[in-house]
This record gives sequence, C-alpha cells and structure tokens, in this order.
Amino acid sequence: MANILELQDVCMTFGQVKALQDINLSVREGEWVAIMGSSGSGKTTMMNIIGCMNKATSGTVILDGEKISRLNAKDLTAIRRDKIGLIFQQFFLISYLTAVENIMVAQYYHSMADEQEALEALERVGLGHRARHLPRQLSGGEQQRLCIARALINHPKIILADEPTGNLDEANQNAVMDIFHQLHKQGSTIIVVTHSPDVGSHADRIVRLEFGHMVSDGEKKA
Amino acid sequence: MTRRRMFFKMVMSSLIRRRSRMLVALLAVTIGATVFLGMASVYYDIPQQMGREMRAYGANMVLVPSGSEGLLALDEAAKAEASVPQGKLVGATPFRYETMYYHLQGLTVVGTNMDNVRKTSPYWQIQGDWPQREMEVMVGTDISENARLYSGSSFEMEIVQADGKREKKEFRVSGVVRSGGPEDGFVLMPLALMEKLAGNEGKASIVEMSIAGNSAELESLAEKIQHEVPAVTPRLVKRIMNSEASVLGKLQVLVYLVTAIVLFLTMIGVGTTMMTVVMERRKEIGLKKAIGAENRSIVGEFLGESLALAIVGGILGIFGGYFFSQAVSMSVFGRSVSMHVPIVLLTMVTSLAVTVLASLMPVLRATDVEPSIVLRGE
Repeated sequence: MANILELQDVCMTFGQVKALQDINLSVREGEWVAIMGSSGSGKTTMMNIIGCMNKATSGTVILDGEKISRLNAKDLTAIRRDKIGLIFQQFFLISYLTAVENIMVAQYYHSMADEQEALEALERVGLGHRARHLPRQLSGGEQQRLCIARALINHPKIILADEPTGNLDEANQNAVMDIFHQLHKQGSTIIVVTHSPDVGSHADRIVRLEFGHMVSDGEKKA
Repeated sequence: MTRRRMFFKMVMSSLIRRRSRMLVALLAVTIGATVFLGMASVYYDIPQQMGREMRAYGANMVLVPSGSEGLLALDEAAKAEASVPQGKLVGATPFRYETMYYHLQGLTVVGTNMDNVRKTSPYWQIQGDWPQREMEVMVGTDISENARLYSGSSFEMEIVQADGKREKKEFRVSGVVRSGGPEDGFVLMPLALMEKLAGNEGKASIVEMSIAGNSAELESLAEKIQHEVPAVTPRLVKRIMNSEASVLGKLQVLVYLVTAIVLFLTMIGVGTTMMTVVMERRKEIGLKKAIGAENRSIVGEFLGESLALAIVGGILGIFGGYFFSQAVSMSVFGRSVSMHVPIVLLTMVTSLAVTVLASLMPVLRATDVEPSIVLRGE
C-alpha cells in the first residue's frame, strides 16, 4: 500500500516552546494509527498539522501525494474539505440544525447538499430514526455517531479523530469503536489521537509522543 | 437540495432556533425603521402642514394686477393658481377693496370669500355672526365704536358705481370683528354682494395665496407665474415667508438630528448584538471552517442573517412607523399623514444598509476565528 500521509522532520514551536521536534511519520492507505501520549506531549499539535488547521514551523507534510506544508489558508481549507474527515472529542455539532442538516452542512461546503445521501449516512451509524432531532435531543453516544457520519459524508482520504470516546461511557465507546472497525475493514485510513490505552489498542499501529518527541512507532503486538 | 435552499435553511434555522438573541437585534432594527419612517413621513408633510398652520398668520404670496389696472380678473388669478404644483396650494382668497360712504364719511369696504376667511382667520373675534343673509355685513370694532353700529344694527351706505352713479343701500350688521389688524377699520361683505352693488363682476383688488414651500421654491414659482400669466404680478410676503422658512428649517433640522441619532443608535444596537453573536458562535465558526467552509461562506451566512433581520425589522418598522407618524402628526398638527411609497422604499433600503453596515465589522471578525479552536486544548 502507498503512503497516504508523510511527515518529514516536522517541527512546531510556539514562541520559545517546542511543541513538536523532528517528527517523521508515514501512514499507509487503509492503516489505523493511534497517536498516544500524555497531556502536553504534542498530540493535539500533531493533529492540527495533519488536519491542515495549523502549518508546521519547519519540515514537510505530504498528504495524498500533495505537499501541504506550504499551502496558504484557502488551499488548506480545500484540503480539509476534500480529503479529511474530522471527529472531535466534544462533538461540535451545530445546535440549531437537525441531525440530518448537520451532515448536509458538510455536503454543502464540499459540493451539494443531498438529503437522501445524508439520511443514508445516518442509517449507517444507526441514527436513521433520529434524523430530525436537534443535537441537544441526542445522547452523547448518538452525537458522536452523528459526528462520525458527518466526517464520512464526503468520502475523505483520512479520518482524523481527536479523543473520539473521551466523553462517552463504555457502551457508547464500544459502539464508536465498532464503527471504526467497520470503516477500517472497508479500507478507510484512520488516525486516532488518544491518551486511552483501550482506544489505542484497537489500532494497527501505535505512535507515542513525549514532550514533542516521537518516542516509539510500532505495530501493535498481537 | 440546491445550495441556495441549503443556505436559506441554515440562515432561517439560525434565526428561528436562536430567536432569543436575535430578537434583540430585530428590536433594534424595528425601532430604527419605525422612527425613520415616522420622521421621514412627518418631514415630508411638514411643509404642507406648516403651510396650513402659517396660513393663520396670513398669505405668503399676493397676486396684484399688472400695470395700471385697478382690478385683477379672477380668471387670470385662476391661471396663476393652476401654475402652483399640485398639493402645494393650501388656499387662495380674493379681496376687493371699494370705498363706500356712511354719512359722507368714506369707509373701506372689503368684499371677499367669507367661507375662506372664516377658515384662514380663526383668531378673529366675532361678536354676533358671519354674514348669512342678503345685505348682511360685518364691521370692524373701530367702526363699531365710532359709528355705534353693533350686531343687529341697520345702517345706510352710499355706493359709487362703475359709471359714477351714486346709490344708497341699507345694510344689516351681522357681527363685529376684532382682529387687532386693519380689519378693525373695515366693513366686510361677501364678494358676490359687492359685485352686485358696485359692478365689475369676476374681479378682485388682490388674491392672497398660501403656498407650501420654502423661500427658493416660492421665488421660483413667482417667476413662473409672472412669465406664464402676464396680467398678474405675484408679490411675496417676505415677513410670512421668512417666518415660515425659519420655523420649517428648524423643524427639519430637528427631524434630521433625531433621525440621525436613532439610526446611529440602531447601528450600535445591531452591531453590538452581532458582535456578541459572533463571539458566542466562535466554536461554530471554527467547526465550519474545520469541515471546509471558506471565509466567504462564513461572511455570506452572517450577512444573510443580517439581511433577514433587516427585512423583517424593516417591514415591522414600516407598520410601526406609520402609526408613529400618525401619532406625531395628530398631536402636533391635528391632521393625519398619508403613507408615501418612496418613503416606504427608502425606509426598507435604509434598514438594509444600516443593518448590513452595523454587521460588517462583527462579521469580518468572524473570519479571524481559527479552525483549530474546535480541537481539544484550544
């Protein structure tokens, strides 16, 4: 399998603080990678860079064969829209739109809102019966599944999840992990940022960060 | 679903499902539009309303015969009246002055349209009544005192007719006039009676006109009348005209100031609310950018919300403004004002412009929000 993502000597500094130093990472297409580390280890910074929301101070980032490290804000927006599906710990749904409309928003920014396709996406995550509900009328697990449906709607090259089960109970955590397994089987590339060993254990490969350094990168032991 | 429909759905959902916050902005726009339309309607009607009010203090244009003609043909005066733009002529009253003799003493007798005078000179104090029957006249208070003529008295006057023939006629005093002006020394009778007694039908010495308009408009109109009706010479009554212009000018400045202040306050109200809305929705903006919204989409959505507010607020303000202008006009002038289509359109355009202008800075601030705000730890 070809590499879908490559980070070469990536550094990120905020003033005097070195958040990431000399990160080298390759992710193959269809791979499920967990980025783990304690608070302040640089996980979020790394996700910001991979998710095209921040630019690295130095180094090269190649996503789907395109060097994105020097793109301007507008081009980075286009990359996020076309190639990345984002899943957040706090869900971040639009409070005044229904479940199906929240998915259609992502379609709208990408190309064209298609209600039927959005409803099918909701069905896939088991929320077909909740399509006309507002986010506040959904449970935490349902909100996260809705967030996953939104992330998948534009068929992204990479699914990037930031602590996707951080706000969920065990049952909902398992439901979300089941969806990730299905996606992985279908060939999706998944990068999960987490501090939870349990969530990390589902991945093919675990990358560990400590104080901005990559301290390990290896296949999960069977 | 088309992009336009989705855009409309997002804008309307944001406004309807977050109505408690947006109601504040809507209220500001509605109040602004109400006061704007109310003040604009009053401003539009002030010259006419003031013209009617100022008529109580006398005419602002007097038509006199051109050349050495002693009398002015009322047909010619009617042509001059027709030159006045529609809606500007508040009133026109003919006056004919003749000398008649009471016990060999010459008296100035004024023949006029009594109905018009009754309306235009409400401040006259009448002891008795206005002339209603044949050969009834009113006498000024000075004549009344000197000649001991009172309401109900009968007296004779000698009339010199156009052919020089003298004739005595008996009159009855219907009432005594006290105006504090020259009328106190006049005998007043209906113009028709004077024409019957002294001949020269369809003529008057002068025609007093009250016209709504400022000094420049009146001067221009006088030139137009002079040019179009050569038999008539229009003279502007500077004292009345200047007083009217002065009062009108002050009222209009007041209206300008109030309107400008209200529009400014509306902008502050809308701008502050929109700024709060943007601050409250930073995470939503960040999320939209994170999932691929471009800055122009974010700006478009917020401006769409502002426009929707402006349209709804503008429409509510138009109805509110109509009642507001009626209330102002009724309490100040005692008359109602009509709804003018150009003012309604101007209110709508101003409402849109003020709301969009007030929203511009907050909306542009929205584009500064970084998408990384949605990530943990930001």
